[in-house]
Amino acid sequence: MIEVQNLSKSYQGNNVLENINVKFERGGITAIVGGNGAGKSTLLSIISQLEEADTGHVLFDGQNIGSISRELLAKHLSILRQDNHLVGRLTVRDLVSFGRYPYSKGRLTQEDQNHVDTALRFLDLESLQHRYLDALSGGQRQRAFVAMVMCQDTDYVLLDEPLNNLDMKHSVAMMKMIRRLADEQNRTVLIVIHDINFAAAYADRILALKQGKLICHDCPKTIMNSETLELIFDTPVKVEEHDGRPLAVYYR
Amino acid sequence: MQYLIREKMPFLLSCIALLLLACGSLAVGSYSIGFDNLTTSKGLDLFEVSRLPRTLALILCGASLSVSGLIMQMLTQNHFVEPSTAGSMQSAALGMLGITLLWPEAPILFKMGFISLASLAGTLVFLSILSRLSLKTALIVPLIGIMFGAVISALTTFIAIHFDLLQSLSAWTSGDFSGVLKGRYETLWIVAVVTVFAFIVADRFTLVGMGKSFATNLGVNYKRTMFIGVLMVAIVSGIVVATVGILPFLGLIVPNIIRRLRGDNVRHNLPWIALLGAGLVLLCDLIGRLILYPFELPLGTILGVIGAAIFLYVLIRGPSEVI
Repeated sequence: MIEVQNLSKSYQGNNVLENINVKFERGGITAIVGGNGAGKSTLLSIISQLEEADTGHVLFDGQNIGSISRELLAKHLSILRQDNHLVGRLTVRDLVSFGRYPYSKGRLTQEDQNHVDTALRFLDLESLQHRYLDALSGGQRQRAFVAMVMCQDTDYVLLDEPLNNLDMKHSVAMMKMIRRLADEQNRTVLIVIHDINFAAAYADRILALKQGKLICHDCPKTIMNSETLELIFDTPVKVEEHDGRPLAVYYR
Repeated sequence: MQYLIREKMPFLLSCIALLLLACGSLAVGSYSIGFDNLTTSKGLDLFEVSRLPRTLALILCGASLSVSGLIMQMLTQNHFVEPSTAGSMQSAALGMLGITLLWPEAPILFKMGFISLASLAGTLVFLSILSRLSLKTALIVPLIGIMFGAVISALTTFIAIHFDLLQSLSAWTSGDFSGVLKGRYETLWIVAVVTVFAFIVADRFTLVGMGKSFATNLGVNYKRTMFIGVLMVAIVSGIVVATVGILPFLGLIVPNIIRRLRGDNVRHNLPWIALLGAGLVLLCDLIGRLILYPFELPLGTILGVIGAAIFLYVLIRGPSEVI
């Protein structure tokens, strides 16, 4: 379980996160939603120790996460951020193999190779495995990075906007894949996501932030009403029922 | 078997080519040495005192500078940075001038250490300028490095003029292998050790080259890896500058050629980069010795012409799609 206690963070006097208290139980998908600058990515970065909090703690299974060595943490928690602005010319297979780095430090054993093969198959990347990343489409590249994180074989998988730059078809495929990651492999997945309908359709819980404050952390059913959504997103939202599921309509 | 042939054959052939180049480098000179007079005492002497040290020095410098270039490129995430466009070489030259003025009789290893420290300091200053930069485009980074190097060179020149050492300075830094003799190149074996060490930590450099959060996620200590890399580059720059002078562009051309052909995986590329770096330097040195035989053209000049031509060709042809 990951427990966030009294977490605050500010950049140059702007409060990005204010006194956040939240628990992430094992299993399932938690979607972190909120408007631009709500602090979603910062929360993910602090949980994964890429950034430091000003005040407060993150506890990982009861232990202060800052006291866990980076090498050890890499076997329990993985994070994929969207700042891979410079895509190295690695082949897909090389990239995915680096997911095994925390275990084998680059000298891959047969077991590591099996993990790599499984991840490539899981994300339907077998036919692309010898292609270079810079020769792939955005969606294929995204899948390759997710395959790497999957290969890392951590209990917790943190994904920062995995649907960025993906078209409709690939967004749906990505969310289905993340669902399978949680269901078939018992991973605990935290994703930052913009589209509230994707969050409601695939996540088990939704955590909403607004201007650095925690608004709510609950199951999609409870959150998907126009009152709550308007509070979170600051824009008129109607919630309608479609196929027995709530659907937010906010386009006009 | 087929895999072995496809994967290993090009490398084996390249090794043979390097060996041939090395033999050529050993054979060429104003005193002709062949198998017939290698056994005579004069031939053997010359071979041992001048030819062999020169060839070894060329191989060691070529390989280590190319590898250093690659390390710099991974650390800065920029493919146009190398020790001479990051202030490392220029700082080493400043250090060399400094130790000559402060303690000219210092033991050679102390001198090398001092020069490497100067190079380390310069490289760290360059990196700290980079970290303050909000706009890190592909061209801004090397431009700043070149400017920074020019400032250090200007300072070095100023001090050299003040102490009437300008001629010595230009002799030291000109990238000249004709003065390499037995007893004056052995410290270069240290850079060989550094280069071998690069093979051991290669994966870490690949990961750092993918970005800070990427490397950190996989359990790599980003800061420590940065420092190890900078230290390695500084040691190589310091020792090479102290021994033969500045060899520009080598660390830029060689890693980029290999990268175009084979991608960014440092561990897979290192043998190729070391090999091509050594080969290119041997070839350029050979041309420089033959073109105005029995006189010599400086290696740096030939390297500039040939390297630029190859580099342009590779840039224009674009990356190959290896399936």
